[in-house]
Amino acid sequence: MDNQMQFEYNVEGGNFTRAGYASSQIKKILKQLNVDIAIIKRTVVAAYEAEVNVVAHAYSGTIYVDIDTEAVKIKLVDEGPGIPDIDQAMEEGYSTASSQVREMGFGAGMGLPNMKKNADKLEISSEVEKGTTVEITMFLNDKG
Amino acid sequence: MTMHGKYFHHALKFRKDVCIGCSHCMNVCPTQAIRIHGGKAELTDNRCVDCGKCYLVCPVGAIIVEQDDFSRIFEYEHRVALIPSVLPGQFPESVSVRQICSVLLEMGFTDIFEVEHGTRILKDAMKVYMNERKDTRPLISTFCPAIVRLIQVKFPNYTNNLIHLKAALDIAAQYYQKKLIDQGADPDQIGIFYITPCAAKIAAIKSPVGDEHSAITGVINMDFIYNKVYTSVKQGFSGKKTCTIPQMQPLQPEEMLWTLTEGESSQISGRALAIDEINNVIEFMEKIENEEINDIDFLELRACDQSCAGGILTSGNRFFAAERLRNNARKARKQGQDVFVRESPESIDDYAAELKKDLGVNKILPRSMDKLDEDMTRAMHKMQKVQEIMKTLPYVDCGLCGSPTCNALAEDIAQGEATVDQCIFVQKKYEQSGKLTPKESMEKMQKIWGREKFQDSDN
Ligand SMILES: Nc1ncnc2c1ncn2[C@@H]1O[C@H](COP(=O)(O)OP(=O)(O)O)[C@@H](O)[C@H]1O
Ligand code: SF4
Ligand code: SF4
Ligand code: SF4
Ligand SMILES: [Mg+2]
Repeated sequence: MDNQMQFEYNVEGGNFTRAGYASSQIKKILKQLNVDIAIIKRTVVAAYEAEVNVVAHAYSGTIYVDIDTEAVKIKLVDEGPGIPDIDQAMEEGYSTASSQVREMGFGAGMGLPNMKKNADKLEISSEVEKGTTVEITMFLNDKG
Repeated sequence: MTMHGKYFHHALKFRKDVCIGCSHCMNVCPTQAIRIHGGKAELTDNRCVDCGKCYLVCPVGAIIVEQDDFSRIFEYEHRVALIPSVLPGQFPESVSVRQICSVLLEMGFTDIFEVEHGTRILKDAMKVYMNERKDTRPLISTFCPAIVRLIQVKFPNYTNNLIHLKAALDIAAQYYQKKLIDQGADPDQIGIFYITPCAAKIAAIKSPVGDEHSAITGVINMDFIYNKVYTSVKQGFSGKKTCTIPQMQPLQPEEMLWTLTEGESSQISGRALAIDEINNVIEFMEKIENEEINDIDFLELRACDQSCAGGILTSGNRFFAAERLRNNARKARKQGQDVFVRESPESIDDYAAELKKDLGVNKILPRSMDKLDEDMTRAMHKMQKVQEIMKTLPYVDCGLCGSPTCNALAEDIAQGEATVDQCIFVQKKYEQSGKLTPKESMEKMQKIWGREKFQDSDN
């Protein structure tokens, strides 16, 4: 038996009805693994925002989850327009979301700042017109 | 689940001698607390939240709600019936509250007090509580004990959001006890009995989740009282024997409605939402947990459809009961003026200051039922086992294995509580490959469903 586990989820761009499905699954898994509830909470918030960003801003994506007893790593790889200026995207309230998306209750420009706040480590790389990769790391024991 | 020790007291009991092993209860249980073994339903104590869904579907009455023996009330000189407003809601409007009270007195009670008087004290305390915890949102009502347990077992990271205050029921009981003592009663001679609409309240009284002592002496099931009152009314009881209970301040309209859906949320400032029926609550809490829903200040969550009007021990139609209470409240509102200027001889307000000092409860602890193991490495190994097993199971969720879903069976196996050949599909495969003889396969099924169900078979 392995002391680590992997999961993979596909995310469909534009499908807001299903947005949150993967985060919900991740939450279920972490609960079953008896991960500290405060950590689960932060993980799920970060994962949810990242998942919604793929739905709202990209065409399609895949979420890779890697869990061991030290850390939970969630990597979201999408095909999409990419982020030209990551620092700017990180600013609170900055959003390129269409008014349509905003009407649906998404696009307040707080997603990335929230991810930053809740994740122990957040790494973003992006290539314009190709896609974006977001990696969220949560440490399960006192920060490594 | 490998959880040792019993966290909860349950008021629901499964009678093996009556159970026919039909699995209806297993299929409706929202927390997957039931398995079938030996042709009988078996309860996993730490998963059950006392919602009573199982009780409602059992076709043979094998699930019963324990109650105190009625004659226990006579062990006390002061025999107080604590009645919820849904009790009068059970009867047609032609049956007056006074008539109901008269029957209760005839049965042997000496005092009658409406539970919802306690909400007056609680409402103020909730306001203060919410103001003091502006960082914790949403705050969740602890009104419904089944919901408190649901949060503990299924949404353990929200136990801190539960409003840690005594229930109106306990406040009312405490008030009445204090009042009687002040009037010279011997505390040992006071018996306070709650007429309950549900099993959850019983369980909460018998083993309070956050609060150790309860002023409530015992519980009487509402269906029992309903039958007594109804029989009496049918026999032409005219209500001549007038109610001798002391004149109390009447309930205010919003107090009457407290136990119905939106009874609390309509009284709370800020964004307050009311959700009834346990499956609706679970669905909504999943969203709250993902923080998909923000900006809610207060959640009123109730296990029953139509809240307490739909309690499992109520006898009347829940929609009519709710309608009647709303009509009563409307009437009271109309008469409002003269009701409130009327001098009230006694009121819970007289004890407000004293009662408010004692509203705290002990911390309500998380009791996660989802964790596969305390230890993460072991939990991971069990999860891998579950995944492995799921590859061999058909995803049909037929329940023939005695577990409610394929996934539940896989988890039971990973916990060492079941075997994969309980699955009928696996049995067929094993028979085909010679791994099981037809006889062995039959024995597997008999072990789950009992021998009786297979009596007419060829072997
Ligand atoms: N996966 C992504 N692909 C392309 N652009 C993105 C992605 N994630 C975020 N962005 C950009 O960063 C901006 C800020 O993101 P965020 O803080 O989540 O706010 P919001 O999603 O509400 O607009 C977005 O408006 C978008 O322009
Ligand atoms: S009371 Fe509710 S939680 Fe308990 S076994 Fe019955 S249906 Fe399940
Ligand atoms: S509903 Fe449950 S308790 Fe009732 S007979 Fe069927 S299996 Fe037994
Ligand atoms: S909604 Fe009311 S009747 Fe139903 S379980 Fe909760 S407290 Fe009991
Ligand atoms: Mg976003």
